[in-house]
Amino acid sequence: MEMNRKNRLLFGLVAVAALLLVKLFYIQIINDKYKRDASNNSMVYNYIYPPRGVIYDRNGEILVGNEVCYDIAVTPRDVAPFDTLALAEALGVEADFIRERMAYYRKYRTRIGWQTLTLLKHIPQENYIRFIEESYRFPGFKAEVRSVRQYPFNAGGNLLGYISEVDADFIKNHPDYRSGDYVGKTGLEAAREADLRGVKGYHIYLRDSRNRVQSPYKDGEEDKEAEPGKDVVSTIDAHLQQYGQQLMAGKVGSVVAIEPSTGEILAMVSSPGIDVDVLSDIGKHYGEISRDPRKPMFNRTVMASYPPGSVFKLINGLIGLQEGVLQPSNMYPCNYGFPYGNNRRLGCHGHASPLNLLSAIATSCNGYFCYVFRNILDNKKYKNTAEALDVWREYVQSFGFGRKLGSDFPSELGGNIPTSAFYDKIYGKGAWRFQTVISLSIGQGEIGATPLQIANLAAIMANRGYYYIPHIVKDSDGIEIDPKYKERQYTMVDTTHFHTAVEGMYMAVNGGGSAGGTAFSARIPGLDVCGKTGTAQNPHGKDNSVFICFAPKDNPKIAVAAYVENAGFGATWALPVASLMLEKYLNGEISPERQYMEDRMMTTRFF
Amino acid sequence: MPGSFDRGLGKTVDWWLVGCYLLLLLIGWLNIYASIHSTEPASIFDWSARSGKQAIWMLTAFALDLLILFVIHPRLWEVLSPYAYIGVFFLLVLVIFVSRDVKGSHSWFELGPVKFQPAEISKITTSLLLAAVMSKPAFRLTNRRHFLWVAAIIGLPMLAILGESETGSALVYVGFIFVLYREGLSGWWLFLMGMAILLFILTLIAPGWVPVAVLLAVCLGYFLQVLRNSRREERVRRRTALTRTVLAFLAGVMVVFATDFVFNNVLQDHQRKRIEVLLGLKEDPAGVGYNVRQSMIAIGSGGFSGKGYLQGTQTTYGFVPEQSTDFIFCTVGEEWGFLGCLAVILLYVFMIWRIITDADKSRESFTRIYGYCLAACLFMHLFINIGMTIGLMPVIGIPLPLLSYGGSSLWAFSVMLFIFISLDRQEKKYF
Repeated sequence: MEMNRKNRLLFGLVAVAALLLVKLFYIQIINDKYKRDASNNSMVYNYIYPPRGVIYDRNGEILVGNEVCYDIAVTPRDVAPFDTLALAEALGVEADFIRERMAYYRKYRTRIGWQTLTLLKHIPQENYIRFIEESYRFPGFKAEVRSVRQYPFNAGGNLLGYISEVDADFIKNHPDYRSGDYVGKTGLEAAREADLRGVKGYHIYLRDSRNRVQSPYKDGEEDKEAEPGKDVVSTIDAHLQQYGQQLMAGKVGSVVAIEPSTGEILAMVSSPGIDVDVLSDIGKHYGEISRDPRKPMFNRTVMASYPPGSVFKLINGLIGLQEGVLQPSNMYPCNYGFPYGNNRRLGCHGHASPLNLLSAIATSCNGYFCYVFRNILDNKKYKNTAEALDVWREYVQSFGFGRKLGSDFPSELGGNIPTSAFYDKIYGKGAWRFQTVISLSIGQGEIGATPLQIANLAAIMANRGYYYIPHIVKDSDGIEIDPKYKERQYTMVDTTHFHTAVEGMYMAVNGGGSAGGTAFSARIPGLDVCGKTGTAQNPHGKDNSVFICFAPKDNPKIAVAAYVENAGFGATWALPVASLMLEKYLNGEISPERQYMEDRMMTTRFF
Repeated sequence: MPGSFDRGLGKTVDWWLVGCYLLLLLIGWLNIYASIHSTEPASIFDWSARSGKQAIWMLTAFALDLLILFVIHPRLWEVLSPYAYIGVFFLLVLVIFVSRDVKGSHSWFELGPVKFQPAEISKITTSLLLAAVMSKPAFRLTNRRHFLWVAAIIGLPMLAILGESETGSALVYVGFIFVLYREGLSGWWLFLMGMAILLFILTLIAPGWVPVAVLLAVCLGYFLQVLRNSRREERVRRRTALTRTVLAFLAGVMVVFATDFVFNNVLQDHQRKRIEVLLGLKEDPAGVGYNVRQSMIAIGSGGFSGKGYLQGTQTTYGFVPEQSTDFIFCTVGEEWGFLGCLAVILLYVFMIWRIITDADKSRESFTRIYGYCLAACLFMHLFINIGMTIGLMPVIGIPLPLLSYGGSSLWAFSVMLFIFISLDRQEKKYF
C-alpha cells in the first residue's frame, strides 16, 4: 500500500481504534478490579445472622443459650418529618433522647450518607410490638431482630466469657468479620469462637446509585442461607460450678475440680467473678467491672500466680524418692522447725519427732521437707547446687508447673519455677546454696502456680503419676477435640513412689486428730478422701489458704484444689470449700453432720 | 448512451454507509432504552421516555435524510455555504447571550419544548464553507492569505463555541487539521501539535527536566537527520535546519513554561480537575473522578461477552451519570461486553474508512474535502467520547455520533452524512 496522505490518515484511524480496543480489552478482560467494584457498587448484602452455638454442660444442661432481642435502626436520609413524641412513647424513651439523636444525625449527615445506624439496642418486646404497629408513621426507622446470649444458670461467668460487637481494630486484624458482627472475647466464647460463630448467610439485592434497593439479584440464586453455629458441650458440671460459686461467695480465690481419669474440668470458679446477667449486656457494666479493685474480670484460675505452699511438699518428696536421696523410711527430726545456720530456723508446728515421710506428709512437717530438699540440691550426682536445681526444675515442670499446661482455655498463664540462672543473677554465680533457696522446700519463695496447676497436681496424685491436660470442651456431634487431650502426660517420677505420697495424703485426712493429720475435717465417711493442706505465706497480708484433695482413694472420680486468698490456715477455709465440692459431686448432697461446714462457708464473707 | 447519465439509486447511493448509519441508530436506540430501563420497564415506545423521544428524533431524521437525498440539489450546498456559515456563526454568538446556564455552558436555544444546539450545526456549515473555499481552483494552502482564510473559517466558530463553554465541541474542530493535512498542509504541523500535547502532559506529570530533555532529544534528532541527508555544499539547507531546530527548541521550552500558566490560569476549575484526574495527579472518586470511575466500572464489569441486554447492574440502576447521552458507550460495554465494544468500534471505523475512500476517489474537490471534514468530525467524536468513558481522555462532554440520545446531535450527523451521500451519489450519476 502506497504511503500517501490518505493511507496515512487511514492508518492513524486504525491505530486509534486499536488503542481504544486495547484499553477496553484491559479493563474488560484482563483486570478484575472493575468486576469487583461493580458488585460492591450495585449489590446490597442483607446479612442473616446465624444463631450462635449453644453451650451445654457435661450433663446436657444449657449453660449458654440464645434469646431474641429487638433493636431499632434508623437511616437518617430516609427519615421524613415525624411525631417525635409518638415515637418516643412507642419506644419507651424520652422525647429528648430522640431529638438529641436526630440533631446528631443532622450535624454529621454528610459523613453518615445513606448508612443505617442503630438508634436503640435491646428494647423490650412490648415496645417492639408497639413500634411495629405504628412504624408506618416513622419512615426511615425500622426494627431489627437479633439474638443475644441467655444464661439459665448463674454459673461460670468468667469461664463462659462474653461476646461483644467487633470494633474497627478487631476488623482490621480479622478481615472475615464485618461491622455489626459479634465475637467471643473471653472464656469459652473466645476459645470456641470458630465453632460457635456459625456462618453468616446473605440475601443479595440490587440497588441503584442512591442506595435504594431494587430487586433480588438473580432471583435469589446466589443467596446463601445462614449456617447455625455448632453447639459446644463443655466438661463443666453446671450444678457443681454453681455450688462452687456459692461456697466462694464473698471470698477471693479459686476452686478447680478435675476428673482425673480424663482431665475434664468439672468446675472452675474464680471469685469474685462476673454474674451471667452482666455477661449478656457487658457493655453497660464494663466500666463498673473494670473499676472494681477485686478485678472480677481477672480469671484467677488460669491467670493468678500463687505460691502453692505445703501442697508442694508432695512434689519435693516424690522427687527425692525418684532421685534416690530419700527413702520412705528415712526419719528426720523436727523440733519446731529446721535450723539453717546463724541461728535461723524455718519454723514448724508441734508434732511427733522424729518422723518418716508418710507422717511428714500427713502432718505437713516443714522440717522434714527441708531435709528432703537439702538432699535433692546437695546430691553428689551433680556438679553443684545450680545443676541440681535445674534437674529439680525439670522434675517440677513434668508436674505441669512453671509452664502453660496447654489447656483449651484462653489466656492461660504458666506461673513460675525459678531456674539456677535466676538465682545466679540475684546472688551471683555460685554464690547461693541450699540455705539460700530453702523456702522452695515448702512451696514458698520464688514459686508461682495457677490454681489450675494446683488442681492438676491433685489429679496427678489421684492418677499416681500422670495427668491429662485439663480441658473444658468435650467431644460432641459437631466437635472433636484435639487428640492431645486424650494422651497421658507422665511425670518424671515412677508410679511406685506415688503410693507412699498418696498414703500420706490419706493419713492426713483419715489418720485421726491424734496422728496429727492436718486435714481430718475433710474426712467423709465412705469416700476415702485423700488430701493435703497448705498455708502459703502471703507478702500482702494474711496467709493464703490452700487445699488439694481427691476421692475415692482407689479409682478416683474427682480431684479438687481450692485456694482462698488472705484467709489463714488451709484447713480453715480452703479445705471446707474443696471437701464440700467433692462431697456434693460424689454424693449429690451434704451429709447432715457436715452441714455446719456448708453453712459456715455460705455465710462467711470476707468482703 | 442511455442510462449512463442517470444511473439508478441502487448503483449511486453508497448503501454501505446507509447500512452503517441505520445499524448505529438501532444500536443507539436499544442502548438508550437499556440505559433508562429500570426494574419496572416501560415500553421502548413510551413517548415520554427517552427511548420514545429518540424514536421520534430518528423518524424526523429519516425525513431529513430523504429530503437531502431526493429533493435538495447537491450543488446547492456549495452555493449556500457562505450564507449558512454566517447565519450559524451569528447563532453561535447569540446563544451565549440569550441561553440559560446549563451546567456552566451557554449553548442551547430553547423555543418552547424544542431545544437545539447551534454548535452541532456549525460543524456542517464549517465543513461546507471549508470545502467550498478550498476547492476553488486558485486555492493554495501554501499561500499565506489563503491559509489565514482557512484558519479563520475553522477558528471563528471554535472560539465562539469555547465562549459557550462547550470545550468538547470546540475540541472537535482540531480534527480539521487532518483535512488540511490531506490537502497539502505540511506534516510538520501534525508533528508539532503532537509534540505540544506530549510536552503539556509531560510537564504536568513528570519533573521539569523530563519534557525539556525530550524536547532536546527530538530537536537534536531532527538536526542530525538533516546533517546526514545533506551534502556539505548545501550550506543554506543546513543553516535553515539549525535555525529551525533552535526556534523549535525555544518554542518547546515556551510550551513547557506556558503549560503551568495555561493549566492554572486559563483553564477553568472543572477542566483542570478533569485533567488532573485523568493523569492520575489527584484522586477524586466522589467528585470529578466519579463519572469516569463509574463508567469504567460499568464497562469493565461487562467482561468478554457482557451481562446481556437489559441485565447490566450498573446501567440499570443509574450509577453512571449522563448514561443515555455522553456515556451511552457504558451501556454497550456493560451489557454487550468486549464483543459489543469491538463491533461498535469496527462499525465506526468501517464507516469512516468508507467515507475517506469515497471522498478520495471523488473527482470533485468539494466532495472530497467535505468528505474528509465529515470523517474528521466523526473520528474526533469517536475518539474523545469513547476515550473519555474508558479513562483515556479527560471528561469532555460530547456525544457519540448516532448512538447518544439527543435530537440536535442526531439531526446534525444525519444531515452531515446524507449531504455527503448525496454529493457522492451526484458524482456516481455522471461518472
